[in-house]
Amino acid sequence: MRADPAVYDLVAPPTLTDALALIANEPTQWTPIAGGTDLMVLYSAGKLSPRKLLSLKGYRELRESLATPSELAIGASTTYSDIRRHPVIRNEFPLLARAASWTGGIANQNCGTLGGNIANASPAGDSLPVLLVYNADLLLISARGQRLIPYSTFHTGYKKSILAPDELIHSIILNRAAKIGMRHYVKKVGARNAQAISKVYLAAVGRNFNGRANSIRLAAGSVGPTPIRLIKSEQALEGISLLNDPLALASKVLAEEIAPIDDIRSTARYRSTVLRNLLGEFLGMLAHPVMP
Amino acid sequence: MSSSLPHTKKVEVRFTVNGAERTVLVYPMERLLDVLREECRLTGTKEGCGEGECGSCSVLFDDVLANSCLIPVLQANGARIVTIEGLAENEHLHPLQQAFLECGAAQCGICTPGMILAAVELLKKTPRPNLEEIREGLSGNLCRCTGYVQIFEAVAKAAGVELAR
Repeated sequence: MRADPAVYDLVAPPTLTDALALIANEPTQWTPIAGGTDLMVLYSAGKLSPRKLLSLKGYRELRESLATPSELAIGASTTYSDIRRHPVIRNEFPLLARAASWTGGIANQNCGTLGGNIANASPAGDSLPVLLVYNADLLLISARGQRLIPYSTFHTGYKKSILAPDELIHSIILNRAAKIGMRHYVKKVGARNAQAISKVYLAAVGRNFNGRANSIRLAAGSVGPTPIRLIKSEQALEGISLLNDPLALASKVLAEEIAPIDDIRSTARYRSTVLRNLLGEFLGMLAHPVMP
Repeated sequence: MSSSLPHTKKVEVRFTVNGAERTVLVYPMERLLDVLREECRLTGTKEGCGEGECGSCSVLFDDVLANSCLIPVLQANGARIVTIEGLAENEHLHPLQQAFLECGAAQCGICTPGMILAAVELLKKTPRPNLEEIREGLSGNLCRCTGYVQIFEAVAKAAGVELAR
């Protein structure tokens, strides 16, 4: 049943400082809403349980991106359309630009935000495994101050995170250190690219160092309660000859590391099999040196 | 159930729609879609799925395509909105509207306003799109009647490009 707007409140404090003061004074009372592409879907269906919402739209501090020679800080309210256009992201973090192009259709990319996707903590968020393989950090802010945390520690369970009730995500920080010879891989398997949530998702980076797997980082979506970094599979692969069926070695570890479920979009068995195949595709790509 | 909960106060929200300034007294979480249709009487903006999947409720919001079913009206305060009613100039249809007519790109018509606005955004960014670009530009707009072919042809016609077959 459609939600009754009369029983919901939404406020838009004039400044970010005012917004932080509000959630400091009344923690747990207010649910932030940015682009609305997740919360408004629940609201329209009459299923949004929080009744008091705090609009984060319009705070310039959250929309800016700042590039220094060593890092790129992406404001949490940066939209997927902004990400697709951003020259540093396109050149140095191509998987993020590609994931952004798969998120919803154009209208949703114009509204949906990277910070919102992280805070919503969906196990199927297209950009989240990519942030894991790029070793992103998050800058969290509150009226008390700020803290920098590795993104890999952010999600603690299905739609749960370490974000305190008085905190907001300020920005997503990516390290720009040179990645010579690094290969970037991402694949989404879903009913279609636009407007369909993934069934299985793998993001991966790594190098071919004298025929061996090197600096491998893997992260998967939709195969567990949160997007996960596949640390054990990475360790199993590191230093292994790429010409000697590395997948055979890694796939047992991979199967132990993921916890896919049967749900409306797919089955656990399908997800495990496809993820293994995606890893095989990445390793095959890595085995072939880049043509100069 | 909802009647036992305290009611929120209505607030004044100001925006321009199709060039005209409007001030509406609304609950802050009302959907822009409903305010456009019911307060502004601009019923060209359609509701399809109501969850941001189908694109029937597309509008241009501060010059970019957005699903008005996903915008709480408070977030429209100060915004510039263009709906399908704002495209024609007097008696002259917008070239995309004319092309949709000529190509038979509308059947039931529910998706058409959103399709046209998505195409407006596409042609602003990519004035001479190829088929792949047209498909991507309209990927957030679903049509259950036409099978899309005439829609893509209409967009190509308005842009003055030939679609390779």
